[in-house]
Amino acid sequence: MTPAPARIILICSGKGGVGKTTLTANLGIALAKLGQRTTVLDADFGLRNLDLLLGLENRIVYTAQEVLAETCRLEQALVKHKQQPLLSLLPAGNPRMLEWLTPEDMKKIVELVAGQSDFVLIDCPAGVEQGFKNAALAAQEAIVITTPEISAVRDADRVIGLLNTMAVQPVQLVLNRVRPKMVANQEMLAVDAVTDILALPLLGLVVEDEQVIVSTNRGEPLTLADTGSAAGRAYHNIAKRLCGEDVPLIDPSKERKGLRARFLSKIRQVGLF
Amino acid sequence: MALLDFIQKLLGLQKPSAAMAKERLQLVLAHDRSDLNPELLEQMRREILEVVQRYVEIDLEEGDVSLATEDRVTALVANLPIRRARPKPLPPVQPPLPNPDDPNQETKAEAEMSSQPAATDSDDPSETISETRSETPTGDGAEAAPAAADPQPG
Repeated sequence: MTPAPARIILICSGKGGVGKTTLTANLGIALAKLGQRTTVLDADFGLRNLDLLLGLENRIVYTAQEVLAETCRLEQALVKHKQQPLLSLLPAGNPRMLEWLTPEDMKKIVELVAGQSDFVLIDCPAGVEQGFKNAALAAQEAIVITTPEISAVRDADRVIGLLNTMAVQPVQLVLNRVRPKMVANQEMLAVDAVTDILALPLLGLVVEDEQVIVSTNRGEPLTLADTGSAAGRAYHNIAKRLCGEDVPLIDPSKERKGLRARFLSKIRQVGLF
Repeated sequence: MALLDFIQKLLGLQKPSAAMAKERLQLVLAHDRSDLNPELLEQMRREILEVVQRYVEIDLEEGDVSLATEDRVTALVANLPIRRARPKPLPPVQPPLPNPDDPNQETKAEAEMSSQPAATDSDDPSETISETRSETPTGDGAEAAPAAADPQPG
């Protein structure tokens, strides 16, 4: 019996700094916790950081570059996470790789790791240039992550347009760093405004959470320790949805309205209005 | 400042910034997605108005031709309030005739008037004027066209 083929998922955003690498790291851990053999692949050769977010920076010996050059075996380059051994990182090679790496090279790397994984997550570089294209051409499906800021949404739209031309499917959306209070005050784009504009199904919603910075400082993704942080829960939910579990989405702005509505309906029941 | 913002919002003087963000995004994405440059869009807008004006008199102050986008589909949306229908369509505007008595001249001038407010994004307004002149072959016609247009907006 042949094992089910790995799902190869690109994690991209267009704009930098919206949370691609954080999502990749947290999702990697969360999927491993769900019993999925997961490989995270740093395709950001220019500015690699995935190793740092996973706390694996000191354990890198070989990278994707040596694997491609066949100066090491894949097993030697993969860095296994100590607490979650189902998760492995394939580190990005030298920034100079950008100059000669072809889509075929990228495909070859992905196929190699796919052979021993259930999920392959590709942490895509920012931008829409060759680095993005190489990574996208090697992927089957994609998660576009954005924040409710006009610049990030505009760049996400560019990326979605490009993914559509590359037959990457499905493309799903993660909305990151939502501030429910600002949304309630109509000072931040609402969740449905962003999903309407980008016309993508929403895979997850992550509220702004200071714990993300703390976890980055430590090199321990929020999903690792389960501190019960809001962002950590959101990442876990995204992982469950990727595995086909039906976890309801909670719109934080709607929830606030819901409370008020419930309060008003109580008053109505009592008969004040 | 924050208090002033709050009061302005309370009085409805200031739009919530989220609504502004959505509007601005929708507009910029419509352009991004269509790959039409503003110059071409303006030219198309002008020509559409010219054609429509041959058949009906439209309210240029209220009129609007723009790109809109929904579900990743970009559409050209024209909202042109009709003052009244012309009993008989005017003949085509192209090519422009130098004769000032020709009704074509008037239609053309009107269309160009309408394009001026929208053309403000091209930094030099004199550019539009020189363009207008170069379109009419003889000097007489060029002078007559803006003169005929002047009483129109008032």
